[in-house]
Amino acid sequence: MTRYSAWSVFKNGLSGQNNWGRAWRDPEPAKKYDIVIVGAGLHGLATAYYLAKNHGLKNIAVLEKGWLGGGNAGRNTTIVRSNYMMPVNRQFYEHSLKLWENLSHELNFNVMFSQRAHISLLHSPAARDAAARRYNIMRLTGTDAELWDLATLQQEVPHLNYHNARFPITGAAVQRRAGTARHDAVAWGYARAADQLGVDIIQNCEVTAVRREHGRIIALHTSRGEIEATKIGFAVAGNSSRLWQMAGMEKLPIESHKLQAFVSEPLKPLLDQVVVFGVGGAHFYISQSDKGGMVFGGDLDWYKSYAQRGNLPIVQDTCEAAISILPCLGRVRLLRHWAGIMDMSMDGSPFICKTPIENLYLNAGWNYGGFKASPASGWYFADLIANDRPHPTIENFSLQRFEQGINIDERGAGPDPKLHG
Amino acid sequence: MIRINCPFCGERDHSEFAYGGDASVQYPALDASVEEWHDAVFMRENIRGNQFETWHHVNGCRMWLVVERDTVTHQIHSVKAAHDGIARVIEERQP
Repeated sequence: MTRYSAWSVFKNGLSGQNNWGRAWRDPEPAKKYDIVIVGAGLHGLATAYYLAKNHGLKNIAVLEKGWLGGGNAGRNTTIVRSNYMMPVNRQFYEHSLKLWENLSHELNFNVMFSQRAHISLLHSPAARDAAARRYNIMRLTGTDAELWDLATLQQEVPHLNYHNARFPITGAAVQRRAGTARHDAVAWGYARAADQLGVDIIQNCEVTAVRREHGRIIALHTSRGEIEATKIGFAVAGNSSRLWQMAGMEKLPIESHKLQAFVSEPLKPLLDQVVVFGVGGAHFYISQSDKGGMVFGGDLDWYKSYAQRGNLPIVQDTCEAAISILPCLGRVRLLRHWAGIMDMSMDGSPFICKTPIENLYLNAGWNYGGFKASPASGWYFADLIANDRPHPTIENFSLQRFEQGINIDERGAGPDPKLHG
Repeated sequence: MIRINCPFCGERDHSEFAYGGDASVQYPALDASVEEWHDAVFMRENIRGNQFETWHHVNGCRMWLVVERDTVTHQIHSVKAAHDGIARVIEERQP
C-alpha cells in the first residue's frame, strides 16, 4: 500500500492520477478472528487501529452493516473540543484532543483537523461566572481556556448580532485548541491505517444474531455467514440496545434519540471559528466547512426515535437561533439536513466497559460527544479489550456507575436521556 | 411532524406536546430495594418498533397521554389518557 507523501502526489500527478492503489482491502470474512469489533464507525475503526498499533494484536476484524462512514460518522457537525469540567470527562476528552492534534501524521492521512477555536457566547454576569469557574477547573488539569471580553470577541468574530439581540452578547468562553475535522477523512484514515496493520474491514456485513454458549459469545451470525470470535467489542452507538438484546441481555441505561444537523449552500469565508449559542432555551452551534458550507445544529428532536430523518419544528428552532446570532445568514439557503441516531445515556456520559458476558466489551452511550471522542474512545476501548481491565482514566465509564452513585452528569440534568444535549 | 389524536382536544401537531418517556416504566414502592429503583430510574428497553410512551399535551389541555407509537416509522397506533379512571370514562362514553 502506498505511503502518501508530497512525492507520491507529484508522481501520480504526472500519470494523470490513474495509478493510485486501493486505500484499503475488501477481504472476504474469515471463519474465525481473535477480536471482532461490531461497527466500523469512527470508534470501531479507531479501536481496531489502536489494538493493532498500541497492543501489537493480529487477527482482528471490524464488521459494518452498511458502508464505511455511512452511520453517525457522516451524521455529525465535526466539532472537536475538550472543554469538559467533570473529572474523567476532562482527562478523557483532553487525551482525545491531544490525539487529534497529531492524527493526520499518525494515520498518514489528512483529516483536515483545524484548530480554529471554540467560542461559547456569554450573555450575563452569571453565565460569565459559571464559565470562569468551569474554565479555571479545566486549566487546573492543563486544558487551555480563555475568557474574552466583548471588545476581543467583536474583533475576532465581527458578524455576530451585537446590536439588537434578544439576549445581548457580553463576552465569550473560548478554547483555542478546539476546532473541526473532516469526518469522512477520519473514517478513511483510520480504516486505511488499520488495514495496513492487517485488520480486516468487512462492509455490508450486518450482525443478525449472537450465538452464546456457557455464558460466552461463541460466534456472530452475519449477513455474510457465521464468524467465530474470541473477544467481541460492540461499538454501534445508536443501536447499542438492539445488539445488546441480540446478545441475550435486557436493558441498558440508554435511549436512542435523533439529532439533526444542517449545512447551507457554500459561502465565501465568513466564520473562522466554531460559535456556540445557548441561552433562554436555545442551543445552537455553527462553523464553516472548508468547502464554505455553514454547518450547524441544535437540540435533539425531543422524542425517542430510530428514524434517521428529522422533524420540521427543530429545523425552525435551529434556524431561528441561527438568525438571532448571525442575522447575515438570513438569505442563505439550506442545502441539506440529516439526522443521526444518538445513544443518549442516563447521565450524558459514555460507556467503555466490560459486560456481564466475559468476552464481550461495550463502547456506547456517546450522546452528543461521539465525534470528538473517537480517537480516545478507540484508544481506551482497545486498551480495555487487550488487557481485559479498564484503564484507570475510564474506570467510571462503566455500566455500574448508576448503582454506585457516581453518575457523570456534566449538565446536571438528571436521569432523563433527552436532556443531555 | 407527528400528529397525535388527543382524546380531549382532537388531532394536533406534536409540537403542542412534550414527550415524557417509556410508559412501561413502573416506579416501585418507596421502600423497595435499591436494585428495583435503579432499574426503574436508569434502565430502559429502548424499543425499536412499537412502544407505549407518555406525552404531555402541555400547550393544549395539559393532560398526560399514553401513546402507542412505532419508533422507526413514527406511526401512531393508539392514544389514551394516562390516568386509568379518565381513560375508562372516555371509553364508556364512546358510542
